[in-house]
Amino acid sequence: MEEKKVYTVSVYTENNIGILNRLSAIFLKRHINIESMTVSESEIDHVHRFTFVVIVTETLIRKVVLQLEKQIEVIGAFFHTEEEIIYHETALFKISSEHLYDENIQNKLKFRRAHIIAITERYFVIEASGLKEDIDNMYQKLKPYKLLQFVRSGRIAISRPRMAISEVLKEKS
Amino acid sequence: METLKKEVQEKTAVKTVKMSGAEAVIKCLLEEGSTLAYGYPGGAIMPVYDELYKYKSQFHHVLSRHEQGAIHSAQGFARVTGNVGVVFATSGPGATNLVTGIADAQIDSTPLICITGQVGSHLLGSDAFQETDIIGISTPVTKWNYQITKASEIPEVFAKAFYIAKSGRPGPVLIDITKDAQFGQLDFSYKKCQSVRSYKAVPKLNIEKVKDAAALINQAKKPLIVWGQGVILGGAENEFKNFIEKTGIPSACTGLGLSALETDHPLHVGMVGMHGNYAPNVLTNQCDVLIAIGMRFDDRVTGNLNTYAKQAKIIHFEIDPSEVDKNVKTNVAVLGTVKESLVEIMQFVNEGNHQEWMKEFHKLYEIEKETVINDQLNPTKEGLTMSEVLAGINKETKGEAVIVSDVGQHQMIAWRYAKFTKTRSNVTSGGLGTMGFALPAAIGAKMGAPDREVIAIIGDGGYQMTIQELGTILQTKAAVKIVVLNNSFLGMVRQWQELFFDRRYASTVMTNPDFVKIAEGYSIEANRVSKREDLAAAIKKMTDSKEAYFLEVVIEPESNVFPMIPTGASVSDIRLS
Repeated sequence: MEEKKVYTVSVYTENNIGILNRLSAIFLKRHINIESMTVSESEIDHVHRFTFVVIVTETLIRKVVLQLEKQIEVIGAFFHTEEEIIYHETALFKISSEHLYDENIQNKLKFRRAHIIAITERYFVIEASGLKEDIDNMYQKLKPYKLLQFVRSGRIAISRPRMAISEVLKEKS
Repeated sequence: METLKKEVQEKTAVKTVKMSGAEAVIKCLLEEGSTLAYGYPGGAIMPVYDELYKYKSQFHHVLSRHEQGAIHSAQGFARVTGNVGVVFATSGPGATNLVTGIADAQIDSTPLICITGQVGSHLLGSDAFQETDIIGISTPVTKWNYQITKASEIPEVFAKAFYIAKSGRPGPVLIDITKDAQFGQLDFSYKKCQSVRSYKAVPKLNIEKVKDAAALINQAKKPLIVWGQGVILGGAENEFKNFIEKTGIPSACTGLGLSALETDHPLHVGMVGMHGNYAPNVLTNQCDVLIAIGMRFDDRVTGNLNTYAKQAKIIHFEIDPSEVDKNVKTNVAVLGTVKESLVEIMQFVNEGNHQEWMKEFHKLYEIEKETVINDQLNPTKEGLTMSEVLAGINKETKGEAVIVSDVGQHQMIAWRYAKFTKTRSNVTSGGLGTMGFALPAAIGAKMGAPDREVIAIIGDGGYQMTIQELGTILQTKAAVKIVVLNNSFLGMVRQWQELFFDRRYASTVMTNPDFVKIAEGYSIEANRVSKREDLAAAIKKMTDSKEAYFLEVVIEPESNVFPMIPTGASVSDIRLS
């Protein structure tokens, strides 16, 4: 059995309605769970970038990426292993104000990429960013302080190898 | 500055005419050379139908009896002509009734434009009357789809839709138009689409890959070609024939590849796949180089992938990069159109003949003939076989007819026994296996090829799935010949129940109506035969008729289609009985 790995899939698309459906349908039809997803503008005007994280075999991700790329409004699709990317995730923690001066929390803030971004009488909000494990860790540490709310973003990733989208656009047009 | 001036001049030179969105829809179709559509009216598409009424001298609309019938007719038309089939439906149920046909066209790469009406844009998402999210529903089964909410979008979207539907690997496109966009006004001007920046219709041919492929072919001692519908879709029948004749390589086809090469060609060694011929299936696992041309290694072709042609080097000529290495790992993939690739490879391949290797095919064919074919064509049992009906049709039509088959045993028999002399003559639902396809598809095929005999071969099950299309025949007088091979069973499922489920015939016995009376109710001349001695005359009477004709043939109820590769078995473990 081929080993499953974490792959980050970057898909450059036109900025049109319905593309998310079209892309997610490809994962759906192969029964693949999407671990995380972000959509944003890219380095090229009017070109959007989807970043999916999936856990599958290399054989499968190769096929999926070709099927993603086949969609009319997809300009290019790429997949990368963990070693081939630099990535980040962000999380927000809303905690009751009673813990604001708790030494443990203050200590955690010192040593991690985390800081307080809002304080009110009733609560304060910590923003943390880093690798998935960093966020997992932070979550475990802050969990005992009665999280009023917790939310984390999908992965955003920059690949070490080039993704030659401008060239693809030039070649296609 | 000069360029700018020129651009401005060109822009102002384009004449625009003010018209409604609905009229623009018809204008766009006419601009693309399309003058025939199938469809069914309803509330949300009424403005377009009103224009169809006004344009009826220039544009012909065929009223089907169900939207599924309409889309299968459009598919039949597209398959025999190679042109884009056009279908209209209203919103909600009209649109959802198209879905089976869209999925069928997607998997069989048939170019279609499906135009659906939609509720007014102010009502979108409000669960309005006959509102359904057809964009969401059709996304996984369309090559492209788009919802138009402003009349001004119509020309550009239609141009793009036609380009996408027919370029590269063809497929269905759905355009959903809100009612207000149909009523809205626009300044109409039309420019055909030549490219879409995010879409590469055809991958660039890499000549090095062509050379690599040629080197493998030249070294091969036991090469085997398996070709598919790509040869037909790419209009590469002549190039294909030149290639096989120069190299002398035995060539087998997939179900959808049938008719690209005449059945009697000496290098044609039959059909591969689950109910294909014995020789090409068995020898798939003995060849040293397998050359796949415009086919996609469907599971019904390969059987168990773990034992499929493992001894062979694989060459794959393919237009769609996502098909390469999808099911079968290739040694050399030649991306591009089959036509261009086969023209290029001719300069690198040696003339050859493989007579010794060819004898292997002949030897195995003799085995299939003795154990299966002889008994099918000259049965000793009293009951009629489907195969003798096909043989009778071959005799009358000399292999010149378009054979439209439905799905099931009769389809496998039609693929196995129909003789083809012309390309685009095998219209059938291959990938999706849509029962009910044949009757409406035959109507479209007849309209696409009015000078050819079009014969629909249908089982008693599939016939009743779209039997309402007899009404379309009545109204349009489409001279379709309908042959129902009636074994009073859902035959293929029954065959599997017999072989794999200890003859537990769960819901496969059919109590059928009087099909002759039904046809006569639609003013279609009809006949029924159940005796061997009456068959030839009945077929002749049907083919002699200049009008639509219905022939029911009562078939031996419990006969099976062989050879057969059971699911999960290797192609070389094909069973003869």
